[in-house]
Amino acid sequence: MYLLYSLILIVIIILVGYIGAGILGWYTLFSIIAPYFALGVFIVGFIYRIVLWARSPVPFHIPTVCGQQHSLPWIRSDTTESPHTAWGVVSRMALEVLLFRSLFRNDRAEFRQPQRLLYGGNRWLWLGAMVFHWSLLVILLRHLRFFVEPVPGCITFLQYIDGFFQWPLPSFYVTDILIVAALLYLFCRRLFNPQVRHISLLSDYFALLLIGGIAVTGILMRHFYKVDLMEVKRFFLGILSFNPVVPEGIGTIFYIHLFLVSVLLAYFPFSKLMHLGGVFLSPTRNLMNNSRMVRHVNPWDYPVKVHTYEEYEDEFRAAMKEVGLPVEKNE
Amino acid sequence: MFDKGKVIAGIVIFFVILLIPFWYNAVTGKAGYAPELKPGTDAKECVEKTSFMKEKHTELLTKWKEAVVRNGEREYRASNGKTYVMSLTGTCMGCHTNKEQFCDRCHNYTNVKPYCWDCHNVPKVVKK
Ligand code: HEC
Ligand code: HEC
Ligand code: HEC
Repeated sequence: MYLLYSLILIVIIILVGYIGAGILGWYTLFSIIAPYFALGVFIVGFIYRIVLWARSPVPFHIPTVCGQQHSLPWIRSDTTESPHTAWGVVSRMALEVLLFRSLFRNDRAEFRQPQRLLYGGNRWLWLGAMVFHWSLLVILLRHLRFFVEPVPGCITFLQYIDGFFQWPLPSFYVTDILIVAALLYLFCRRLFNPQVRHISLLSDYFALLLIGGIAVTGILMRHFYKVDLMEVKRFFLGILSFNPVVPEGIGTIFYIHLFLVSVLLAYFPFSKLMHLGGVFLSPTRNLMNNSRMVRHVNPWDYPVKVHTYEEYEDEFRAAMKEVGLPVEKNE
Repeated sequence: MFDKGKVIAGIVIFFVILLIPFWYNAVTGKAGYAPELKPGTDAKECVEKTSFMKEKHTELLTKWKEAVVRNGEREYRASNGKTYVMSLTGTCMGCHTNKEQFCDRCHNYTNVKPYCWDCHNVPKVVKK
């Protein structure tokens, strides 16, 4: 059901782009107003979400580690997996952000023969996530060629490596294939794995389909429905210097691609995609495992009104003595 | 807000990186820049319609190459009825005599690096 809804949503977005820009010709709306608006929503929403998270106190010291904690000098401690220094946390975070360390540790328990429980590593999700995110990064960097002038050599180099196969003309990019394959895997995993399907929500399918839609329209634009890239770059340099000019004669597919990206940008801060910023704020990853050295004070702590035994006895001593209960202070 | 310094530094770094396209062009002074193309010929029109050439000259060149190399045909009938010899150096560069002021300007702008010139000749520019 969720899948159906998100599919319908994507189709509506594509149709809006197609009808609005392609048939009605509302170029100003789709090429200038929508992107600016989406970027504005993205920036404000992103900061809002991060600040909201940063304002929430962490009541307990909860790093989840998988290594020996630092204690006595002759016990070897694991400084990355169970960091007790700031640099340890940085390296742990880097492993997490760049290589998805915790996903790599993903295990699965399953019943094979009757009464036999097997545990095994399950790295497919890790692989799919790695391929997807790294391809996405390369693709984003490659897009800089439309946004900056002059294009730095490193971007050209990346483009050259990515287009290594030099076939057809223009060459296909390796990352284009990889990202579509990874998205397909991540999508099929939600569809065909009953457990994952059970916990999948509209927002899960929607994000995958939206990014998939962007990738597919981009590939179509490069290889099948070509557009005038010179006009595209002129348009972007205009919009980036706040001198937007309504582009002329760029194919409709470009507007659909741009509109999908605008929707993604505007949707981003309200979605699970905020894990982009959230990963840095996860207390289970970014805290040092130093609970034996530093006392973690719950920021929520307020002075609790207590009634100690001494005070209790002072209050009821006479009555206690009367019924023969033992008391500590006899006077 | 907890860890104010770190969080704000993180947000600032993120947006400085994300918004590279906004400040990079201002720094290099090329904001809103577009190169001027000089076809380098007195002819009025290209092999096909200009809009077609702008978008799809790669497709045309692929078609030409395959026709010549695989089928041995060397004549191309354009949609306006004229015939052209299918040759990158001879025909395209015959009209667009100055590669630097035409093909290269546009390709540098969109960061396209055709490798065709590893083999194919570029005619010398004749100073007029
Ligand atoms: C209006 C700008 C423009 C002009 C002028 C231009 N090109 Fe291009 N050219 C492009 C763009 C943009 C691409 C990338 C096309 C694509 O990805 O579909 C390209 C791609 C190519 C490619 C494929 C290169 C690759 O690696 O993908 C060849 C070959 C090529 N052009 C040849 C020429 C020749 C020869 C001329 C001069 C006669 C020329 N072009 C003039 C814009 C231009
Ligand atoms: C008969 C001479 C002639 C030949 C041959 C020729 N061109 Fe052109 N080409 C022109 C002219 C003239 C224009 C400018 C048309 C205009 O301004 O409307 C042009 C425009 C173009 C453009 C669009 C430039 C722009 O204004 O954005 C491209 C790209 C292009 N040519 C590529 C090629 C390629 C590739 C070939 C070889 C397949 C080729 N031309 C062969 C004369 C020629
Ligand atoms: C490895 C060397 C090599 C490279 C690189 C190369 N070609 Fe060629 N090309 C040839 C050869 C050899 C022929 C055959 C020439 C003939 O039979 O006249 C040819 C023929 C052609 C022809 C038809 C005949 C002619 O004289 O132009 C076209 C068009 C062509 N190539 C386009 C391209 C384009 C576009 C590129 C860049 C994307 C390219 N070639 C890259 C070697 C190369």
